[in-house]
Amino acid sequence: MLDIAVLYNKYKFLGQEFLTWLWFSLENTPDSLTDEEGIPILMTVGNRIVLEVIREESTVESVTIKGDNADLSEGIVAIRKGALVTEMSLIYKKNDLAWTFTLKGENFNITGLKTPETPPLESKDEVEGAIIDKLYLASEVVNLVGNLFRIFIRLRISEGWRDETVPAIKRWLTA
Amino acid sequence: MGLLSATQTITRYRVEGSLSENPTDQVREGLNKQIITNIDNEAQDMAVGWTSFEAPFTPNFDDASFQVGTHYAFGLRIDKKSIPSKVVKQQVAITSAKRLAESDREFLSKNEKSEIKEHVINVLTIRIPPVPNTFDVVWQYEEQEVWFFSTQKAANEEFETLFNKSFSGLKLIRLFPYTQADLTLSLSNEERDRLSAITPENFTE
Repeated sequence: MLDIAVLYNKYKFLGQEFLTWLWFSLENTPDSLTDEEGIPILMTVGNRIVLEVIREESTVESVTIKGDNADLSEGIVAIRKGALVTEMSLIYKKNDLAWTFTLKGENFNITGLKTPETPPLESKDEVEGAIIDKLYLASEVVNLVGNLFRIFIRLRISEGWRDETVPAIKRWLTA
Repeated sequence: MGLLSATQTITRYRVEGSLSENPTDQVREGLNKQIITNIDNEAQDMAVGWTSFEAPFTPNFDDASFQVGTHYAFGLRIDKKSIPSKVVKQQVAITSAKRLAESDREFLSKNEKSEIKEHVINVLTIRIPPVPNTFDVVWQYEEQEVWFFSTQKAANEEFETLFNKSFSGLKLIRLFPYTQADLTLSLSNEERDRLSAITPENFTE
């Protein structure tokens, strides 16, 4: 494997293309997004999307769309002009439980993760149980993102990416 | 934000290499090797070390409290003393004035000024208490994964350095998109080659 810092910079676009594809899939082909057991997931875009485009001389232009029920069409215009999604907040629902979090494309950092509520800690004896509960709930999101990324990577390195996915994304952008 | 906070922040790492037959003892040894040291009343301005998850200000890894099911939960503590520059300036001015009065001179040499500043910073560093910052760490050793509950660049760098110092023979690799694809998706050699050959897609043409 090449030096980690070299890989980080060389393939920075990979996570951003993943988020851009994820947004397209959530809007157009939600049934193709499944969990590890192959069951379609319930996921929606949250209240914040950040897009960036690198112009000449490494100048970065960015567009941030935020707010509940915000008009996301500006984001589509930005992608049409060469931008990619660099950060996106997401809402995931499963069995009446909800998770919200923000995923950053460049490094896959998860921030602002709110898991379903767990009971408040009342004594020190409960810490171990609380750790296990919280880890279990956080793992739901980590595993889910891992599985969506697996779907994306398999597609990205296949013939289907160029033949079907890219044309479909372009149609979405110009619709 | 930490594991038990209302909102969490996670940076993921892969641990390459194997723990010994008795992983708990190996982890305990590594944590004890770099346990946080107290820098109160010391001239040291910063300390970085491991601490207990539940008791970050009284770290102890001799019992099994850092083992939680099939995980290890502990903390990274960074203690830092920050002296406000105005306080340094004030103390340097007072000490300089005193030195001038004692020696009956009008000016101090460049060397004397810098000696005074160094002395003032040293004295203040001993006197002021450090500000502690604690970051949760969970090592899921069966999954070969460590979660560090912060995305702050400086904290992540300190964490990576301390982990490598503490657990020789293990390699900590940050899981960003490329490393996640390469190390966790069980790709075949052919798929791995195709992955390394991809170039940015153009959706605009």
